[in-house]
Amino acid sequence: MIKAILIFNNHGKPRLSKFYEHYSEDTEQQIIRETFHLVSKRDENVCNFLEGGILIGGSDNKLIYRHYATLYFVFCVDSSESELGILDLIQVFVETLDKCFENVCELDLIFHVDKVHNILGEMVMGGMVLETNMNEIITQVDSQNKMEKSEAGIAGAPARAVSAVKNMNLPEMPKNINIGDISIKVPNMPSFK
Amino acid sequence: MSPSVRLQEMIRVIRSARTQGEERGVIQRECAAIRAQFRQGDNGSRSHNLAKLLYVHMLGYPAHFGQMECVRLIASPRYNEKRIGYLGAMMLLDEKQDASLLITNSIKNDLSHSSQYVQSLALCTLACMGSAEMCRDLAPEIERLLRASNSYIKKKAALCAVHIVRKVPELGELFTPSARSLLSEKNHGVLHGAVVLITELCERNLDTLDQCRKAVPELVQIMKGLVMSGYSPEHNVAGISDPFLQVRILRLLRILGRNNDTASDAMNDLLAQVATNTDSSKTAGSAVLYETVLTIMDIKSESGLRVLAVNILGRFLLNNDRNIRYVSMTSLQKIVQTDHNAVQRHRGTIVDCLKDQDASVQRRALELSLALVSAVNIRSLMKELLLFLSSCPLELRANTTSGIFLAADRYAPSQRWHIDTILHVLTTAGGDVRDETVPNLIQLITTASDLHSYTVHKLYRALVADIQQQSLVQVACWCIGEYGDLLMKGECEETEPVQVTEDDVLDALETVLQSHMSSPATRAFALTATMKLSTRITNNVDRIRSIVSIYGSCIDVELQQRAVEYNALFKKYDHMRAAVLERMPVIDKNSPGHINGDFTAGVKESELVKVKQVEADRPQETNQACDLLGLLGDSDQPWQPSPAQPTTAPSSASTNMGGDLLDLLGGLDPIPAPAVTVYEKNGLSIKLQCDKKMDTGVTVTFTASNSSDNDISSFTLQVAVPKSVQLQMKAPSGDVIPAQGAGHVIQTVLLNNPNKVNLKMRVRVQYSKQGSVCQDMLQIDSLPTPALQ
Repeated sequence: MIKAILIFNNHGKPRLSKFYEHYSEDTEQQIIRETFHLVSKRDENVCNFLEGGILIGGSDNKLIYRHYATLYFVFCVDSSESELGILDLIQVFVETLDKCFENVCELDLIFHVDKVHNILGEMVMGGMVLETNMNEIITQVDSQNKMEKSEAGIAGAPARAVSAVKNMNLPEMPKNINIGDISIKVPNMPSFK
Repeated sequence: MSPSVRLQEMIRVIRSARTQGEERGVIQRECAAIRAQFRQGDNGSRSHNLAKLLYVHMLGYPAHFGQMECVRLIASPRYNEKRIGYLGAMMLLDEKQDASLLITNSIKNDLSHSSQYVQSLALCTLACMGSAEMCRDLAPEIERLLRASNSYIKKKAALCAVHIVRKVPELGELFTPSARSLLSEKNHGVLHGAVVLITELCERNLDTLDQCRKAVPELVQIMKGLVMSGYSPEHNVAGISDPFLQVRILRLLRILGRNNDTASDAMNDLLAQVATNTDSSKTAGSAVLYETVLTIMDIKSESGLRVLAVNILGRFLLNNDRNIRYVSMTSLQKIVQTDHNAVQRHRGTIVDCLKDQDASVQRRALELSLALVSAVNIRSLMKELLLFLSSCPLELRANTTSGIFLAADRYAPSQRWHIDTILHVLTTAGGDVRDETVPNLIQLITTASDLHSYTVHKLYRALVADIQQQSLVQVACWCIGEYGDLLMKGECEETEPVQVTEDDVLDALETVLQSHMSSPATRAFALTATMKLSTRITNNVDRIRSIVSIYGSCIDVELQQRAVEYNALFKKYDHMRAAVLERMPVIDKNSPGHINGDFTAGVKESELVKVKQVEADRPQETNQACDLLGLLGDSDQPWQPSPAQPTTAPSSASTNMGGDLLDLLGGLDPIPAPAVTVYEKNGLSIKLQCDKKMDTGVTVTFTASNSSDNDISSFTLQVAVPKSVQLQMKAPSGDVIPAQGAGHVIQTVLLNNPNKVNLKMRVRVQYSKQGSVCQDMLQIDSLPTPALQ
């Protein structure tokens, strides 16, 4: 059984934390910190398996981690899971994220935590591996997103348009051009028929 | 505005906070706003606020006020809100919260919703945080979904069923038939879920296990399909067709084939096929191979297959990828018990892994090496382990030292080698050894009587070199105290003798006494050693007297007490000094001073007394045994002399009876049976009291008191019982009975009478009074019945 799935960056800030066993809020944060300490000490070319820290169950549980650029993906599992299998699962997870977010980077994970949770929910359920076929996962996630969009309905469309324009990177068009003490105002263009 | 934008704004603001305090302030403001909005807001903004709250929760700030919001959102008809509500439920709620009961009804409704995505949300949440009551309520729904729905829901329902079975094992029978039928599905996701469910059911219930054995041919068929099928793009991971499913099926086959010949036979071909056909150049292939090997080793497979499996593991060990090496060592650990010889072949590689830089690999290699130690390879392996000890990471040191000691204990080729090894460990890693090491080592040294001078020379050198390692210093002090005369004689065959004077030795001991690095226990050792030397050296007795009197006013109470007593030994009891401080006899492994891990000087005196009893009794024990047997030649039942010395430690509960009685001693509180006086002569009277603890066990307590005018000392009791009765004697409370009834000695004897013979006892009493030794025998034909049955 998978006890917890954690994603944090090189400084230990959590980007995703999902626990499949109940711990109190304080314990959860302590587990994240402890795991970060254990994992960040590891060299680059050592194996990807670690004994778990004391809080998460000690030597019965293993931490299986992968380090991608600035992020650590850590799965805390007990002895009933195959270690190499979980390593592959992490790879599948990251590839799925890549497909869903188009060249995923840390910022995507920061600003779209709920989407990451939904994707993870299609892969791991209740601590057990649900689906490992990337295409299948992506199909489901897409149809769920479609459902969400359709519910937001027409009312949602202008809001999305506004947000799309806001996020567009247009070059700045200055309204006032100051050359010395001459001020030229750009005239409003008349609309064409 | 769509929820993400609001969330994104908040995230941006939080990220722009420069300090932790600023971030806390921002989050507190946001949480206050969220709380206000929860109170009055409409459903639309509720979901945005909950999304923000979940982000805040992930960062570690309290978010419990969002729990009721989750409940409300789950009940909403809109998919958006349900989704966020369920996510919130999974993150914020758990079975201990009351709010979780409120969502049961919503989940129930959603499980029969028309949209499969809503159903899946409900299933997901139930599997994540469903409590036992919720599971019981909703189990029939899940079972229905297992049978009649599309494959997307089926696979989720299967895993949800696994969670239910974990929470409420009795419901397992409900799911068994549907689980079996799921095996005929084509969809890999459903197959995967079905295999996990069957695995869980079989692990919990043996009947299910028997039923599911019939499914072995089906499983074998599926596996064959996976292995032999060509490239299938949708399930392909690095060239292997759905390795996740293959691994799961192999694990299930392992459980089904364990201890069952027919099932194992059906699997043999398949396992051979998988083992030979799988390409192990990538991790996926290795995962499948590794699982195959574990399965082969666990079921009743034929020997050729087992050899193949061990060879695969050996190949893994030589792989460059550390992950694979780690994994193969884990599996070798599992099979080292059963196939010891096969693993021994790879010993060289395993020992090399000890030198790896990776701490995880080192840990595995250490455990495996310790499991591989045998009488044949002990010397070479110990060299490697000692080398490892000097360079191993700190967290592994304690394990290594205890492993080395255990191995040395079991397979030491000679006593000298044993002592050398322990000394080496103490010098390298003395701070990480267990507490029992010191008494164990001392006991070992006393038994190796021909090596005393060698040992004391080595220890003296080590002591002079370094006094930091407390265990080493303690042992060294003890040895110098005991065998100081051998040291100063300056002759030794095995090692170069050290030319040392009495002053040097006393200097060394004094350094230990005065050093701030020495722990109180170590200083106690050093003080007693100094005292013992007073009988073994001739010139510097005054120096010893002065040292001892200085410590008579030491702050440490233990040291002070010792010093005052030793001072008294110099002043008032000088005639007894030589006798008290003479060489200790060989310590029996079970004596109390040995098991008592806190082997401080404080224990010494009582131990000296007890050991004296041992000394006195030992040479006489055989005589007495013969005597008892001789005297009882006319009795119809052969008697057995008391097998245990009065000094047997109460903690050696090796006899079951002792253990049982010790357990019951805590619980029962019987009315004390009447004490019967069994012996009365010369002022010494012995009373006997019986407590019946269980059907076959009796505790007999002897209380000896003295009404004469003189003290009785060296009082010992020995007991003989019929052959079928087991006897265990506890340590007596003392051996001196003061005059005029001022005190008494209590001796407890535990008897186990499994054959329920008539309990008779013969007791021999021995004591000295007014300088003369008296001995007497008394026979007890029946024990007084206790008040409590």
